[in-house]
Amino acid sequence: MLLSKEEVEHIAMLARLNLSEEEKERYREQLSSILGHVAQLQALNTDDVEPLVSVLAKEMPLREDLPSPGLSLKEATENAPDVKADQFKVPPILDGADE
Amino acid sequence: MSNFLETSLAELQTGLRNRDFSSRELTEFFLNRIDEKDGEIKAFLSLAPKKALKKAEEADKRFASGDENLPPLLGIPLAVKDVLAVEGLPATAGSKILEGFMPPYTSTAVSKLLDAGMIVLGKTNTDEFAMGSSTENSAYFTSRNPWDTSRVPGGSSGGSAASVASQMAPFALGTDTGGSVRQPAAFCGVTGLKPTYGRVSRYGLIAYGSSLDSVGVFGRSAADSAALFSVMAGKDPLDATSLDMPVPEINLNGSTNLKGMKIGVPKEYFVEGIQAAVEEKVREAIKQFESLGAEIIDVQLPHTQYAVPVYYLIAPAEASANLARFDGVRYGLRVENDDVIEMVKESRGAGFGEEVKRRIMLGTYALSSGYYDAYYGQAQKVRTLIQNDFLEVYKTVDMIAAPVAPTTAFKIGMHTDDPLAMYLEDVYTLPANLAGVPGLAFPVGFDQKNLPIGMQLMGRHFEEEKLFHAVHAYQNDTNWHTKSPKV
Repeated sequence: MLLSKEEVEHIAMLARLNLSEEEKERYREQLSSILGHVAQLQALNTDDVEPLVSVLAKEMPLREDLPSPGLSLKEATENAPDVKADQFKVPPILDGADE
Repeated sequence: MSNFLETSLAELQTGLRNRDFSSRELTEFFLNRIDEKDGEIKAFLSLAPKKALKKAEEADKRFASGDENLPPLLGIPLAVKDVLAVEGLPATAGSKILEGFMPPYTSTAVSKLLDAGMIVLGKTNTDEFAMGSSTENSAYFTSRNPWDTSRVPGGSSGGSAASVASQMAPFALGTDTGGSVRQPAAFCGVTGLKPTYGRVSRYGLIAYGSSLDSVGVFGRSAADSAALFSVMAGKDPLDATSLDMPVPEINLNGSTNLKGMKIGVPKEYFVEGIQAAVEEKVREAIKQFESLGAEIIDVQLPHTQYAVPVYYLIAPAEASANLARFDGVRYGLRVENDDVIEMVKESRGAGFGEEVKRRIMLGTYALSSGYYDAYYGQAQKVRTLIQNDFLEVYKTVDMIAAPVAPTTAFKIGMHTDDPLAMYLEDVYTLPANLAGVPGLAFPVGFDQKNLPIGMQLMGRHFEEEKLFHAVHAYQNDTNWHTKSPKV
C-alpha cells in the first residue's frame, strides 16, 4: 500500500493541516507502512458481522431538554486568540467582504 | 516532618482524623518531594502549590471543627493528568496548540474527588493529546522512569505514573484509550485502573478516541486505588456515555481468599516477542493467584492479533474528528492569515506535533470517501469479533490474566523513528479498550535490570470490584507493590 504525494496532499487538505515538504515525504512513507500493516484486516471475512459502534449502550439515553445556565460570555471567549465585542473574530469568509 | 512514603490511604485517613499530622504537613511533604525530585523525573507540566496549601489549611480547619460528616478523602493530595480540565489550572494536553489555555470548568472525575476533599498538587505530563506510549510525544518534555531515568515511564499517562512511583504524589489520575494507564503503571511499578467504558464520566476530558477513552487512577495499591474509583464512578448527566449503574462501595477487608474465582489465561498473550522475564514473572503471579484459591483456566482470544490494526484505524479516525475543534478560533494557537482556510491550516500545522498530525492524517484517510468501508467500516466489524472473544471467555471465567506490555520500560528514543514499532508495543492493552472491559495493572516483579514488570487482570463490564478483590488478595500476600525506586 503505497501513497502518492498527491494523496498525502489531498488528505492534508481534508484535515486542514499545513505540512512542509519534508513532513509530506515522511508521512507518505510512514502512512504507507502503517496502511500496509492494517491491510491484514481485509483478509478477514466479516460479511455476517455487525460493526461495533459503541461497546455498551444499545441506545443513547436522552435527558430532558431543560434550560440551565451555561458559560458566561466572558468565560466562553476568554481563551480565544481574537475577540471583538464579545464575539470570536475570524478572517473574512465571503469573497469581497469588507472588514 | 513525618515521612509519608510507606503510608497507605487508610493510614493517611486515620492520621488526619486523629490529627496525628495535618493536611498541610502532608501536602507540604509531597510539594517538597516534587521540589527535590521533579527536576530529574519531569513528571509535572504545572504545579499549584499555593492553591494546594490553601486547600490543605481549609481541610485542617474542618478536621479541627469536630464535624462528624467529613468527606472521605479530605486533605489527601492528588496529581492530575493534563488532559483533564481543572478550573483555574492550565490544561495543555501536552500540546503547544493549547499552551496557556485555562479551562473555564472542572472535569467531573476531578470534581467528584475535590468534593470528596482531595487537593490537586499539579498537572502531569502526557503524550500530546494522549497519543503515545512513552511521553516522548509531549510537546514540552519527556518524563523519566524513576527506576532508570534513561528510560521512558510509559504513556500516555507517564507523568502521572512517574509521580506516584517516585512518591511525589500519593495518587494520580490518568486516562486510558489504548493502555495509557495500565502500560505506564506497569513500566513504573504502580497499580493502575482502566475502568469499564462508561463507568467514569469523561466530561471535561480533552477527547481523543471517544468510543475508547476512559478516566482511570494510579495508586500504590489496589486498596488505595479502589477508594478513589468508588468516588469517581457513576452516571453524570454531562456525559451521555456514562451509564447509570450502581457503584459499589468497595470494602476489601478480608478479601484474601480467592476460592471460587476463575481466572482465564489466554495463550495469545504469551507469544513470540514477549521478554522472557515478563512471561516468567506473570506466570509466577498466576501461580500465586492459584495458591490463593483461584482456579486457573486456559482460554483463547483468537482475534488478539487484530487489535493493533483495528485500534490504529478507529482511534485515529475518532481523533481526526475530535481534533477538528482546534481551528484557531475559540481557543488555542492561531497563526494569522487573511484567508480563513489558510489561517486554520497554518494554525493546526504549527500547533500540533508530529504524532498528532500523523494520527489525524491516518484517521482522515480511513474516513475519506472511497476508503471508509474498507478501513473504518472493516475495523468496526473486527472490533465486534474482538469484543465477542471476551464475552465468550467470560462465560467460563470471571477475569483474564495477562501481561500489560511485552517488555519492561524501553530506552528514551528507541522507537521514535518507527511509529509502527511503537504501536505494536500496545498489543496487550488495546483489546480491553476495544471490548470496553475494565483492566487493573499491578506490579509482579522485576527483570534483570531491576525494571518493574506489570500484569493486568481484565474483568467483565462493570466488575471492577472483583479485580480489586483479586489484586488486593495478591498484594496482601506479596510485597512487589511496596517497592520504590531510589530517586
